[in-house]
Amino acid sequence: MTAPLLNVKGVETYYGNIRALSGVDVEVHRGEIVSLIGANGAGKSTLMMTICGKPQARTGSIFFEGQDITRMPTHQIARLRIAQSPEGRRIFPRMTVLENLQMGASLDDLKHFKEDVEKVFALFPRLKERQAQRGGTLSGGEQQMLSIGRALMARPKLLLLDEPSLGLAPLIVKGIFEAIKKLNKQEGLTVFLVEQNAFGALKLSDRAYVLVNGRVTMSGTGKDLLANPEVRAAYLEGGRH
Amino acid sequence: MANVASTTASAGTELTARALREAVFSGLITLGLFVLFVGLETTQNIRNELVLNQRWGLLVIFVVVAMVGRFLMVAYAQPWLAQRKAAKAAAPDVAKEETFFSRNFSKIAIIALVLYPPVIVALLGVQGSLKWVDNFGIQILIYVMLAWGLNIVVGLAGLLDLGYVAFYAVGAYSYALLSSYFGLSFWVLLPVAGLLAACWGVILGFPVLRLRGDYLAIVTLAFGEIIRLVLINWTEVTKGTFGVSGIAKATLFGLKFDATKTGFAAMMGLPMSSAYYKIFLFYLILALALLTAFVTIRLRRMPIGRAWEALREDEIACRSLGINTTTTKLTAFATGAMFGGFAGSFFAVRQGFVSPESFVFLESAVILAIVVLGGMGSLTGIAIAAVVMIGGTEILRELAFLKVVFGPNFTPELYRMLIFGLAMVVVMVWKPRGFVGSREPTAFLRERRAVSGSFTKEGHG
Repeated sequence: MTAPLLNVKGVETYYGNIRALSGVDVEVHRGEIVSLIGANGAGKSTLMMTICGKPQARTGSIFFEGQDITRMPTHQIARLRIAQSPEGRRIFPRMTVLENLQMGASLDDLKHFKEDVEKVFALFPRLKERQAQRGGTLSGGEQQMLSIGRALMARPKLLLLDEPSLGLAPLIVKGIFEAIKKLNKQEGLTVFLVEQNAFGALKLSDRAYVLVNGRVTMSGTGKDLLANPEVRAAYLEGGRH
Repeated sequence: MANVASTTASAGTELTARALREAVFSGLITLGLFVLFVGLETTQNIRNELVLNQRWGLLVIFVVVAMVGRFLMVAYAQPWLAQRKAAKAAAPDVAKEETFFSRNFSKIAIIALVLYPPVIVALLGVQGSLKWVDNFGIQILIYVMLAWGLNIVVGLAGLLDLGYVAFYAVGAYSYALLSSYFGLSFWVLLPVAGLLAACWGVILGFPVLRLRGDYLAIVTLAFGEIIRLVLINWTEVTKGTFGVSGIAKATLFGLKFDATKTGFAAMMGLPMSSAYYKIFLFYLILALALLTAFVTIRLRRMPIGRAWEALREDEIACRSLGINTTTTKLTAFATGAMFGGFAGSFFAVRQGFVSPESFVFLESAVILAIVVLGGMGSLTGIAIAAVVMIGGTEILRELAFLKVVFGPNFTPELYRMLIFGLAMVVVMVWKPRGFVGSREPTAFLRERRAVSGSFTKEGHG
């Protein structure tokens, strides 16, 4: 097997004296969709933020394309083409949809801006209709599309998605998951996804990790985990979104 | 038909009755509020004794004004407003046709400003123009420029800066001290003052990189005070509270504005007057202000300007998009400070005298108020706010006729801050996002479309 695109090795992250991650190992290979599922406060978002360098891991290391990025500042990590759709979407509310997308393309100085905008609009036609509207006036689902679209504008090698289904209607979540699948199949984009919506995430993913109290307790293919009785009991029964 | 008429008639009497009732109530409230403040006045008589003056007449005027005002408000103004609102809601949503004036507003304004001094001179004569060019023209333009400079920091980058006057002071003292110690000319020192102020902007920027909002405001406030206190106490260099006087005037390509044979007036064959120098200064500050506007407009379309605006909206998202927030913040502070420095050196050359008293916190507050009232980020709005605020307070000096009404002891200038505050409250009630609340987008694929900002919340984070 070739070296993984993203390799998280024994990462421990602290908030002050509180340990949020206690030795997490995660690998993401090129062309995969990998998801990380877990309950509230398991440390899912912390892992995502640690990969982006804020907060930095106290011990352990993170490699991207064989390069150690553990101690890099966030903006330099982003420049290695790790794009992120952060938790809570974090679009720019007073800027228009198009300006938001423009901000995503700032790494390449807008060289292939028009081409990439058309791609994003093809993926999310709703954004095309709303291109002159302010980000803050969009619905939650549209904001999520914009957040993902903005991340795609950087032509990422790895796309990090932090809870893209958060607070959205099931039909919209389905549309967003389909778009992620499409990106992965057609463009070969590598995706690392953090989700509470375990059912949707596992169905979408090639592989998945289960995070409990800052530790990876289980991992396997999406299908295996979906069938796993422990996972079903903890994350799926009764909560079949 | 008759039925309808009688209903409207009875509605009319009902309204009048309500208006009368409310007028009586507000009269009572006014009476209660002002009976001690206005009705009675304490003064000292010749033997230094405290005497009570009774001013019942004045009190009655207050009460009557309140009653009549309330009556008119309830009986006429409110129904009219409601009617207009209903008509507006009922009318189909037609896109507002842009008139020639609104489309070319900035061009018309610039032309008007360029023509302003000759028109004033033609109307009032050379000596008569002094006041209008200096007090109104130059004074307002200085604040326009300062507010546009601060707009880069507050309006674009979203960094609340309460100590902006510090950079103004740095610019003013840079010119005042360097010209009086080393005899350098204004044109050499103008960029130097800008650079020095920009350096101080970076120096302020470093410690506050991690701060936002209220915390940032407090530190910048302290920074402004530190600069002022240094200017007061470093007496060997700055001459402390006495200030630096006799600062050299600016020249026009070596042409001096004085009474000598080689001065401007003599060379042009005109009678000597200080008005020419003022008109020259007017064009100078106009050019500097336009430079500020031009740079701001250009920067907004460049990556750094977009990064500033993104930073105002969401710092975390910025970082995740590969924007270096450290350099972004520092460049915002430095650029804003640089224009403050330019304005400062202009201030020094205009006054010919600088002292720490010109750079108190109130100045920062006024500049910030202009930015907020104008609508953060909008150059047009800020310029209008500066005209209203600074022009308005200057006009107070012209209202000497009010002495006839209020007696010879009445000085309208003293009410400057009161009116300033009142105007701010009124504007914030009617136009909470400032005079021009909409933000002009900078990215387009095909045509420009106006986007209203009224329904979006402020950037947070």
